[in-house]
Amino acid sequence: MTNWIDIGALEDVPARGARMIKTAFGCVAVFRTGDDQVFALDNACPHKAGPLAEGIVHGTKVTCPLHNWVISLETGQAQGADEGVVNTYPARIEEGRILLDAACLMRRAA
Amino acid sequence: MTQNLVIIGAGMATGRALEHLLDAEPDAYNVTLFNAEPRGNYNRIMLSPVLSGDKAYDEIVTHTAEWYDENGVTCRFGEKVAGIDRTAKTVTAANGDVVPYDKLLLGTGSNPFMIPLPGHDLEGVIAYRDLEDTERMMTMVEGQKVVVIGGGLLGLEAAAGMAARGVDVTVVHLMGHLMERQLDEAAGYLLRKALIDKGITVKCSANSKEILGKDGHVTGLLLEDGTELPCDLLVMAVGIRPNTALAAEAGLAVGKGIHVDDQMVTSDADILAVGECVEHNGALFGLVAPLYEQAKVVAQTLLGQEAAFVQKEVSTKLKVTGCDLFSAGDFADGPGREDIVFRDPARGVYKRLVLEENRVKGAVFYGDTADSNWFFGLIKDGTDVAEMRETLIFGPAFQGGTPLDPMAAVAALPDDAEICGCNGISKGTIVAAIQDGATDLAAVRTVTKASGSCGTCTGLVEQVLGATLGDDFVIPAAQSMCGCTDLAHEEVRRLIKSKGLKSMPAVWQELGWKTTCGCHVCRPALNFYLLADWPVEYQDDPQSRFINERKHANIQKDGTFSVVPRIWGGITNPDELRAIADAADKYHVPTVKFTGGQRIDLLGVKGEDLPHIWADLNKAGLVSGHAYSKGLRTVKTCVGTDHCRFGTQDSTGLGIRLEKMLWGSWTPHKLKLAVSGCPRNCAEATCKDIGVVCVDSGYQVSIGGAAGMDVKETELLCQVATEDETMEVVAAVTQLYRENAKYLDRIYKWMNKVGLDWIKDQIDDPDTRRALADRFELSQSIYRKDPWAEHARDKAETYQPLANLTLEAAE
Ligand SMILES: Cc1cc2nc3c(=O)[nH]c(=O)nc-3n(C[C@H](O)[C@H](O)[C@H](O)COP(=O)(O)OP(=O)(O)OC[C@H]3O[C@@H](n4cnc5c(N)ncnc54)[C@H](O)[C@@H]3O)c2cc1C
Ligand code: SF4
Repeated sequence: MTNWIDIGALEDVPARGARMIKTAFGCVAVFRTGDDQVFALDNACPHKAGPLAEGIVHGTKVTCPLHNWVISLETGQAQGADEGVVNTYPARIEEGRILLDAACLMRRAA
Repeated sequence: MTQNLVIIGAGMATGRALEHLLDAEPDAYNVTLFNAEPRGNYNRIMLSPVLSGDKAYDEIVTHTAEWYDENGVTCRFGEKVAGIDRTAKTVTAANGDVVPYDKLLLGTGSNPFMIPLPGHDLEGVIAYRDLEDTERMMTMVEGQKVVVIGGGLLGLEAAAGMAARGVDVTVVHLMGHLMERQLDEAAGYLLRKALIDKGITVKCSANSKEILGKDGHVTGLLLEDGTELPCDLLVMAVGIRPNTALAAEAGLAVGKGIHVDDQMVTSDADILAVGECVEHNGALFGLVAPLYEQAKVVAQTLLGQEAAFVQKEVSTKLKVTGCDLFSAGDFADGPGREDIVFRDPARGVYKRLVLEENRVKGAVFYGDTADSNWFFGLIKDGTDVAEMRETLIFGPAFQGGTPLDPMAAVAALPDDAEICGCNGISKGTIVAAIQDGATDLAAVRTVTKASGSCGTCTGLVEQVLGATLGDDFVIPAAQSMCGCTDLAHEEVRRLIKSKGLKSMPAVWQELGWKTTCGCHVCRPALNFYLLADWPVEYQDDPQSRFINERKHANIQKDGTFSVVPRIWGGITNPDELRAIADAADKYHVPTVKFTGGQRIDLLGVKGEDLPHIWADLNKAGLVSGHAYSKGLRTVKTCVGTDHCRFGTQDSTGLGIRLEKMLWGSWTPHKLKLAVSGCPRNCAEATCKDIGVVCVDSGYQVSIGGAAGMDVKETELLCQVATEDETMEVVAAVTQLYRENAKYLDRIYKWMNKVGLDWIKDQIDDPDTRRALADRFELSQSIYRKDPWAEHARDKAETYQPLANLTLEAAE
């Protein structure tokens, strides 16, 4: 079951940027790419838990601000020689609003 | 008895439906056709060639009066239908006539959306939808001014059509690049360039505020930023809305458009709808291809046949001569995607394919659209492209062969094959130069100019060297900036200046970047190069900065931040100290530390508190110390003549002056200064990037010190007599460093590369020195400001979480 919730306007997230949202189970980073796709990932790099929302977004990847690990926004996988994976959550845009699948966020808690 | 079919709207969709109907069963219905426009069906999309003068209206008429006559269609043109009575099954014309129907077909199209700006109802403010609008635009003549709001398909066709008539046209577009729904930034950049070449003024990221008028007629457009654009006509082309009023009044199910099922039947079984007025499975339509599919289905439904409308991919082309662009499919949504990008800067070509699971999902082409149909076919058919992936972007002609060894391919090229597109240098010329003794890249470049302009053919030139010299030539491993380009930093810097590249998309395109939008290595560097070279034209891009510079604070390993207010020359007072102490208390700052640069570091501030603590510090007159930036950090001073018995000059005063001149400036790496009042050097000036040591006869300025991983003593640049000269020398050398160094090189590294003598030559020449200092001042007129105040005032929101779901999720 999905449960899409509106977490804010697309324009509140800068293109090639991210914003953080708080959930009961930790922070989630919501990314917007240069071509207006949105992605949601845990806001913690698999390396040393760096805040991914503060990284540089390029293509559909983000570079962690602490040690430059590059993480795929689509799969949550660390790229290149680094190994690790971040949880990803379904996100989409509808009429200029960003929707996240709350059901999926909850499942993580369980 | 034959049934009555009433059609409302003689547009492109109903016109096509009518053709199908009459082809299949000419006598199935008595047809009555209403149209609000005083004419029958014409090819609306060809209004743009009519506007530009390439076609006459007669040439774009689809159905003539004779055609309607021959097919027995009762035409009621120039008559708008005022109402539908679904119980009585009649429609009422504007003049009150009541016409009965058995089946009713709605094809009312769309209404152009008019932004309700003040003044939108002035005479001379029009949309671009029908022949009347087109004719109005055609009254504009050379010398008159027109503003077009909207840089989408329609707006640009309107603009180009009028520009072709010599009209002075300005396009005002809200978004950052043109046609943002169909194009990515790179293609948008090329399009903009082509339009500018046609004499059209293009303003992106421009927000309209008010339409100005006089005596009821439009006279201009006022933008949010205060710019006033005078005009004789204003065309608004910002989008369309399905025309659903009639259907809604009749009580049909209407969302954004008139709801229809797969058979194009509305919520009333006897009423069908087709064209831009409908909504099908949540989708709206704005291009004719799907409307023609609908028309086929609606005709079959009317004839009692089985048919279903299926949405397909659509593609867009712009009908402006000289602007070949194509966009299709979807590159805006969905995970698991990959890009293939191809750029040919010399020809102004950009191609991008978006792949997902080995299938082409979307395509954007600019400059070369010859193969667009083939690609569109791949998208529509969902063809598996795994086999041809490597050469896919080169189009159908390249498929099927084995991939070539690049060296063999170059060796096989004929002598007249062009290698360097910018300078028109052929392979033969390069080979001749090599045989005459030019045996490395630099020599070939000097002798022939090949690869000397945009540099993208460097690899090819090296291959020609390799093919000609054999084993005597080893192709050097390029020290490229990053994986996005083969060019080195120095080449990129040179090309940004020589080619006048003033935006990131311009660099990516003209220098052939291999990715869509760079990476974390090249973007911060490019952002610096662009703002250093074009301080006025280029807008700093926070999204290309590392977090510390984006958030104006240093991120700590636990994700908190440190806050360091500026303390000019290390001199403070009780009020400032009190404000710092109060802030430390209020925001529960766990660690307060003195830095080596004579200021105070508040460590452990939460990201969300940043704008608040800044606002508090601002109130006491404290501004950002830029302790996080590749830019001016501190100017350390000693007490000098004010208090010290050895002091020769006012070192503190000079330090404060220098800091007030330099603060806020961005440099390739961090920049630290110090001023000591005598050679005892208590301010440790000789291990700074720039150090000033005061002596009896004046000021010794030295550069290139370091006290980090490398420890270096500064070397003397020059000695000058006055404070003012010192200021100018420091400004000039800072600017020279900004304009020439590689990103992330401290001054000492840059000095090792270019040589202290070269730097001295520039600074010793009074004209060069002054020009450098002037350019620095120009840049500072923009960047000498407190980012904390700005962020606390305008961007505080962005430091908070976008949403807090802790409550909802807990339920
Ligand atoms: C300048 C321009 C360029 C375009 N270029 C392209 C292009 O390159 N490619 C592309 O695919 N598409 C293009 N389009 C879009 C395309 O023209 C439309 O998608 C198409 O015309 C829509 O067809 P339609 O039958 O739904 O509506 P329309 O063709 O708009 O017809 C609707 C008709 O219904 C009439 N009507 C409305 N209400 C009533 C009423 N109550 N009573 C009687 N009559 C009524 C209107 O007067 C109108 O004549 C362009 C459009 C414009 C304006
Ligand atoms: S550098 Fe010279 S002037 Fe400055 S404090 Fe030291 S001794 Fe005094």
